[in-house]
Parts: sequence; C-alpha cells; structure tokens
Amino acid sequence: MRNLLALLPLLMLTQPCAAEIAADRAQILEHIVLQDCGSCHGLTLKGGLGRPLTTDALAHADAEGLALIILDGVPGTAMPPWRPLITEDEAMWIARYLKKD
Amino acid sequence: MKRLVFAAMTVSLLALPALVLPALAQDPCCATGDLGLVVERATGSLLVIDRSDRASIGRIEGLGDLSHASLTYSPDERFAFVFGRDGGLTKVDMLTRSIVGRIMQAGNSIGGAISDDGRLIAVSNYEPGGVKVFDADTLALVADIPGNSKTIGLVDVPGHRFAWSTWDSGEAFMADFSGTDPVVTKLGDVGKNPFDAVLTDDGHTYLIGLFGEKGVTAIDLWDANPTPVRFLKDYGKTKDDLPVYKMPHLQGWAFTQGQYVLPAVGQHELLWVNRDTLQEVARTPMHGQPVFIIAQPGSPYVWVNFATPLNDTVQVVDSRTHRVVKTLTPGKAVLHMEFAPRGAEVWISARDDNKLVIYDTRTWQVLGEVASDSPSGIFFTARAHRTGL
Repeated sequence: MRNLLALLPLLMLTQPCAAEIAADRAQILEHIVLQDCGSCHGLTLKGGLGRPLTTDALAHADAEGLALIILDGVPGTAMPPWRPLITEDEAMWIARYLKKD
Repeated sequence: MKRLVFAAMTVSLLALPALVLPALAQDPCCATGDLGLVVERATGSLLVIDRSDRASIGRIEGLGDLSHASLTYSPDERFAFVFGRDGGLTKVDMLTRSIVGRIMQAGNSIGGAISDDGRLIAVSNYEPGGVKVFDADTLALVADIPGNSKTIGLVDVPGHRFAWSTWDSGEAFMADFSGTDPVVTKLGDVGKNPFDAVLTDDGHTYLIGLFGEKGVTAIDLWDANPTPVRFLKDYGKTKDDLPVYKMPHLQGWAFTQGQYVLPAVGQHELLWVNRDTLQEVARTPMHGQPVFIIAQPGSPYVWVNFATPLNDTVQVVDSRTHRVVKTLTPGKAVLHMEFAPRGAEVWISARDDNKLVIYDTRTWQVLGEVASDSPSGIFFTARAHRTGL
C-alpha cells in the first residue's frame, strides 16, 4: 500500500504521458540500460543476478510501477535506487523502452 | 656448448629452402605465454592481445552474450574456456584464433573454473541453478550437480576439486573429482545472499562476501572438516548505505602485507583485515564503490576500480599505509584491470572509450593504448597457472 501511495506523485508527474526525452539523452539512457542494467540483468536483458527484463517478462508490469522500481530500487534485494542518477521522466522513458510501448 | 648448438641451428636455418619461409610466416605464432584475451561484451567477440607488443593481433567472433563473461586457460596456455552469460561454454584456440568447441550448457551462467590437472571445466549457473562439469578436451558432460539456487563464487581447489556458493540458499559446497565418481559435500551455511567468493592463492581459505546480511564468511579448506566461520560482523550493506550500482567482484580481493583487502559494500571504502586475527585493521576512503581490488604483483600496492557513475577512475593504494598514492583516469567506464604476471605493467579496459590503456606501474605513465570494442574483462594466459581460477 505504501508503495502505491509513493507512486501517486509519480503518476501525477507522468500522466498522461512522459515528458519528451532529448534524442542524445535517450541514447545515453539506452546505453545505461544495456550496459549498467545489463551487468545484473544481462546484456540481452534475459536475466542474471537480477530478473529478466525482456518485453515478454514485463508484459504484465505497468510502466509506472517499473519506473518506481528503477527510481527507488527494491529494498532487501540487490536492486539499487537510480534516483540519484536519473530523473523521473527518464525512469519512465526506460520503463517504456523495456516494455517497448 | 650452447654456442655450438646455436651456431648449428643458425646454419641449418640458413640452409632451409627459401620456399619454406613464407609458410613459416603464415603459421600461427607458436607460443602463447605473453598473449591474452579481452572480452568484447557488446559484440560477443574476443580480442587477442600480445602483451609484449602491446597490440591486438586478432579477434575471435561468435561467442554469444558476453556480458559478465569470464574465461580460464588450459595448462598449456593454448586453449581458453569462455563462460558466457547466455549459458554458452566456448573453447577457443589461441594459436589458430578460432572456436574449436561450443555448447549451450544452461540458460544463464556466471562463471567457471578449470581443475588443477586441466581435465575438467566447471561452470556455475544461474538458470537453472547448479554446477555442470565438462571434459576439457571434448566439452562432454562429466557431472551435473543441480541446485535450486543461483551459484556464485565457483573456484578450483587443489586435488581435483571445486567449491562454490549459492545466492538464494546461502550455502557452500565442495565437489571432489579425485575418485571414480564425484563426491559433493555441503561445507555449511554461509549467510544470506553471498554475492561472490574467492580462494586465497595458497588454496587455504575460501572467502565469501555477503550481500543480504553483514559479515564475511571464511572456510578453512586445509582443515579435514571445513566449517564456515563468520568475521567482520559489521561488514556489509545496511539500509542507510549508499546504493550499489555494480556488485563488487571478489576475484580481485587482494591478499597483501598479511592482510585481506575487501571492498566495503555500500560504502566508498576499502577494508583492511589482518589475515591471522580476522580483525579489521584499517579503512581507506575511496573515490567510489570499489568493484575490483587487485594486488600489483611484486609490490605493496593494490589497484581499485569503481562502480558507475564514478567509473572513469582507478586508484592505487599502499597496503602498508592504507593511503591512496595515485588517482588515474584511464577512460570512460573502467571495467577491469589485468597485471603483467610480474607486475611491470597493467592493462585497463575503458568500455565506453572502446580502448585498453596500458600503464607502467612504477611511473604511472601510459605506455600505450589498444583499440577494442566495448572491452570488459582482460585475461592474460598466465592465469593458467593460478589456483582458484
């Protein structure tokens, strides 16, 4: 429940759609996904120490929830919070990138 | 006498028909002692490097997903066994620079090791979890040791043995291949979420780093009945610690000046632990979250690289004073460092600058650079003779 509440400000920020990410920044974000996320989730995102992040694996996850996980991590696991490094819009961009929305 | 033999050889070489020489020149080079392989993670290729020439001399392609790939060498330093993230186990020939065997042995794997006699290759797998052991000549399956957990920290132990730990269930195991049939023994419960483990180069102590709780676990493998011992009980990550953007690797845990040097997890620090008492003796504040800590052979120094986003930097620390003596910025996304076996130089991979940078370890001057496509791990063939790999 607390997670859902925490999600609210983000939902308000990101609805109805995420702000545009500049093309050069998008390229950097894609690089982060493949290389840095890839160090735990695999370069092809099929999983490793972290769970698979393939489009199939994320079919039932909603983008807002994923963005929140990216931003704040998953306590008690190895998933770190990326909020110090990326903005909320950028997390949303990554979530949609992963889901290929 | 030597001179006579040499003179005779020179004469016989000169006497060779001229047409033989081009054939000789086309032959692959005949020794691999100063060669190495660099994992090019994005393209699934290996760059073959010559340490003496400070140059790349070839590329082997078609190895699949090489993110987090590692490799080990046959005792004759001719073959490398490459452990791919996608579960691929590939045997490559350094001389012909080609793939001589490749199997998909699991869905997802993390690393492996070769037995002390060079006959067995063990692979540690995430999905499905467990360890598989293969014949080094044929890559035929020798043993399948399934588990319900991701395996980490697989090491070779003298006496045709391997040890490993399990991320989900927090156990350590030993498999003994010295008899007719392998014997698998549980070494004990080692703690929550071990993230990596390493064997000291004397084969004495198997050290296991924990992510899920505090402390480090040591297992004395010289003991007839090895049992896990917890030390550094306040070591590890707490809720308030900094985010860890890349898991530290323990293969680089340096053992120097009678100490273990450990990466603090969630702190930008190195921890120095007295090897005998297992008590912390010092901490060194560092540039970022340490990933690899590697001892420079024949010296009191250790070299350290860092997790993203502070990964353009390498620091050198004196194990006597525990102080940083040099900070270098080799390039963007420094992923690995490999020393020449006697320590004179170090090769550093800068993934996002697509290059390897070679430093003189005494002067810290750049000796050269070698272009490489998204390089990660660097492996010189001298690893063939190191216990634990």
